[in-house]
Amino acid sequence: MVTNSAAVAVSVSASKIIPLSMTAILGLFIVGFVGFSPLEVVHNAAHDTRHSLAFPCH
Amino acid sequence: MSLFRNIVFTAVIAGLLSGLLMTVMQHFSTVPLILQAETYEKAEPAAAHSHSHEATPAGGAAAPAADHHHDAEAWSPADGAERFIYTAAADILSAIGFGLVLVAIAEAFGGFGGWRRGLMFGIAGFLTVSLAPGLGLPPELPGMPAAELGPRQIWWISTALCTAIGLGLLAYTRSAALAALAIVLLVAPHLVGAPLPPSHETDVPMELYARFVNAVYATNLVFWAVLGALTAIVREKFRAGEDVAVRPAAGLGAR
Repeated sequence: MVTNSAAVAVSVSASKIIPLSMTAILGLFIVGFVGFSPLEVVHNAAHDTRHSLAFPCH
Repeated sequence: MSLFRNIVFTAVIAGLLSGLLMTVMQHFSTVPLILQAETYEKAEPAAAHSHSHEATPAGGAAAPAADHHHDAEAWSPADGAERFIYTAAADILSAIGFGLVLVAIAEAFGGFGGWRRGLMFGIAGFLTVSLAPGLGLPPELPGMPAAELGPRQIWWISTALCTAIGLGLLAYTRSAALAALAIVLLVAPHLVGAPLPPSHETDVPMELYARFVNAVYATNLVFWAVLGALTAIVREKFRAGEDVAVRPAAGLGAR
C-alpha cells in the first residue's frame, strides 16, 4: 500500500512537469513582451508601466 | 491539460484584479511624477539627451528637442485617457504574466494551500522582481541618465534569477552548504554591480525622484502582496478536471 501511493505521488508530480513549465514559460514570455521588448511601439504603449515597475527603460 | 487551463484561469483572474488595483495606485502615485519628470526631459537640449539616439545626425538641429519617445514616427498613446488605458492594459498583462510564473512555481513546490502561503509567495516575488534588481538599478524617471539598455536588462534579469533561486534554496532546503550557496546567489549580483551611467547629472529634481522611488516600492509591495494572496485564493476555486488524488505531498503540506 505504502509503496503504491508513493509511486502514484511520483508519477503525478512527473505529469505536472510539462503543464507547469508551459505555464511558467507563457508567464515569462508575457512579462518579457511588456517589460523588455525592444519594439518602439511596445515601449511607448507600456511606458508608464515599465517605469512604475522599475524595469530598465530607454 | 486541465492543470494548465486551471492555472491560466487563476492567473488571468488574479492578474486582472491586482493589475487593475496597481493601475489605480499608480494613477495617483507614480504616473503624476512621471508626467512631471517628462517636462524636464523635454526641456533638455537634444544633444544632452540621455537616450543618445545614435541615428540622429550630428547636425541635430533638424531633430526638434527630441520628444521623449525616440523616433518621431513611432506611435505612442496620446496623453490622457488613451495613455491610461494602455498603462492599464500593460499593468494587467504584467500581472497575469507574474501570476502565471507564481502559480507554476508554487505548484511545483506542493501548491499554495491557503492565502497565507500565497502572500508569502507574493512577498518573495516583490523581493525578486522589485527590491533586489532595484538595489542596483533603482527605479528611473524619464530624463534621468542611465547606462546602455542592453547590459542593464541583462543585469536585471540575472539578478532576479539569482534572487529567485537563492530565496527558493533558503525556503526549501535544509543543508548548510545550500544555505551558503543561497546567500552567495543573493549577494553576488550586487558585488558584480549594475551597469552605471557615465554621469548622474539630470534636470529632474532629487525631491521628485525620491518621491518616485518611494511610490514605486510602495505600490509594488502592495501589488505583489495582493497578487500572491489572490492567486492562492482563486487557485483553490479552479481545480476542475484535476485528479482528486493530487494532493500536496505530506512532507511539503506540513511545511
